[in-house]
Amino acid sequence: MSPVIALLRRDLLLAWRRKSDATTALGFFVIVASLFPLAVGADATLLRAIGPGVIWVGALLATLLGLPRLFAADQDDGTLEQMLLAPQALPVMVMAKIAAHWIVCGLPLCLVAPVLGLQYGLPTDALLVLVAGLLLGTPIVCLLAAIGAALTLGLRGGGVLVSVVVLPLDVPVLILGAGAVDATLNGLGAQAHLSLLGALLIVFLLATPWVVAFALRIASD
Amino acid sequence: MVWNSVSEFVAMGGYGVYVWGAYAVTAVLLLIEVLQLRSHRRALDADRPAGAPRLPPAR
Amino acid sequence: MSRPSLFRYASPAVFYPLAGRLWPWFAVLAAGLAMAGLWIGLLVAPTDAQQGDAYRIIFIHVPAAWMSMLIYLVMAGYAALSLIFNTRLSAMMMRALAPTGALFTVVALWTGALWGRPTWGAWWVWDARLTSELILLFLYLGFIALQAAIDDPRRADRAGALVALVGAVNVPIIYFSVTWWNTLHQGASISLTRAPTMAHEMITAMLLVTFAAWSYAVAIALFRVRLIIRDREQQAAWMQESSEGR
Repeated sequence: MSPVIALLRRDLLLAWRRKSDATTALGFFVIVASLFPLAVGADATLLRAIGPGVIWVGALLATLLGLPRLFAADQDDGTLEQMLLAPQALPVMVMAKIAAHWIVCGLPLCLVAPVLGLQYGLPTDALLVLVAGLLLGTPIVCLLAAIGAALTLGLRGGGVLVSVVVLPLDVPVLILGAGAVDATLNGLGAQAHLSLLGALLIVFLLATPWVVAFALRIASD
Repeated sequence: MVWNSVSEFVAMGGYGVYVWGAYAVTAVLLLIEVLQLRSHRRALDADRPAGAPRLPPAR
Repeated sequence: MSRPSLFRYASPAVFYPLAGRLWPWFAVLAAGLAMAGLWIGLLVAPTDAQQGDAYRIIFIHVPAAWMSMLIYLVMAGYAALSLIFNTRLSAMMMRALAPTGALFTVVALWTGALWGRPTWGAWWVWDARLTSELILLFLYLGFIALQAAIDDPRRADRAGALVALVGAVNVPIIYFSVTWWNTLHQGASISLTRAPTMAHEMITAMLLVTFAAWSYAVAIALFRVRLIIRDREQQAAWMQESSEGR
């Protein structure tokens, strides 16, 4: 079995044994999205207008919630050191870890999002675009946050720091993702948004693991 | 010179608050930066006065 | 032995006295240019036909906005140098520039708000340029926060350099997406930095203040980099011996 698959399996297994990490992020997402109607009122038109944005911001924050700890456990028990020394390319292993994290924390968000979309009165086609956008966008968020997680490894207040460093970089994802749903609601079609989001995902998939690997080497010098 | 009097200059054609607000805050911010750098230097000077004996290396 | 001529100045011990000699010149230059520019801008340039005298904010708004972007680029340049050549001084310069860059960003935002209120009746407009400027401020703050959180100077330098570079690479993407978002949501809106048909006194004044801001940034960066060098190299022999070390 290739070491990369082994790493992926190990991370998934660890997450399965300690389910609270994944469910906490999911719970946070659902609660945040449900708080907005209570704050702004239950006007159906207003809710439909702000729904895509609220759900996207909620998903963004929920994805960021667990990520600062991405490499922390591995650093504590020395696995990270082994990874840095291992003959396998570090970027590929980093990729496996991010993929595992996304499957555990990102994917459930994408699947729950349509239910929240219903709360905001979004029609079916908008819900589909919402899920498609989240499926393309949350991996980008994970990739970018992994850079922050690697750079802040072992620092005090790492969690908030990751958000401050990484959130400005997430602006394009947010604009394209929420914009896709908006465009569908206004009958404009979301193809352009989703294509750009897909293009971004490809670029970040290719580039980010190297950056994260470099950041890990900086942090564990 | 486009102004006929000082009060005209201060009034800025009725936009005095905005124009001087912009200039004043900019000046204050730059001043804060300069003063902060100066106090930083003072602190470093106080740490090691002139002619102080050479400190042993920290590490 | 062909390279060291320029690389010589990458040594803090060599650069420290050089910066000490240079910064007062840039400070004087900044003061002179600013006085000349503001003299022309506030006293000589004619009142604008459309915006009245409110337009005179342009003489700090545009230079500040330009400098905020230029400083981020220069920071990213130093970040690249420090990662490629592993020169300590590049990272120190990057660090020395960040607070001044953030300051100019704040100035650009503040003056933009004060200009926007009389010109189109709102303190803040979600205009593409204003929004991008705001995100630029967040990028500066993220950089500064990260540097401040890391105690080990070497790690702080390298982590900061990486973040500055990642930010610089993302800036075009952010700017494009914000512009796109803006056109979709607001249609063609007012463009803030489109100058009212500019008399040449206005352009002269604006350029003078821009060079003043540039000299100010250089002077401050040189001064601050000296403090950073002193902070870090207090124990170094050259710092202990030189009377310039004060």
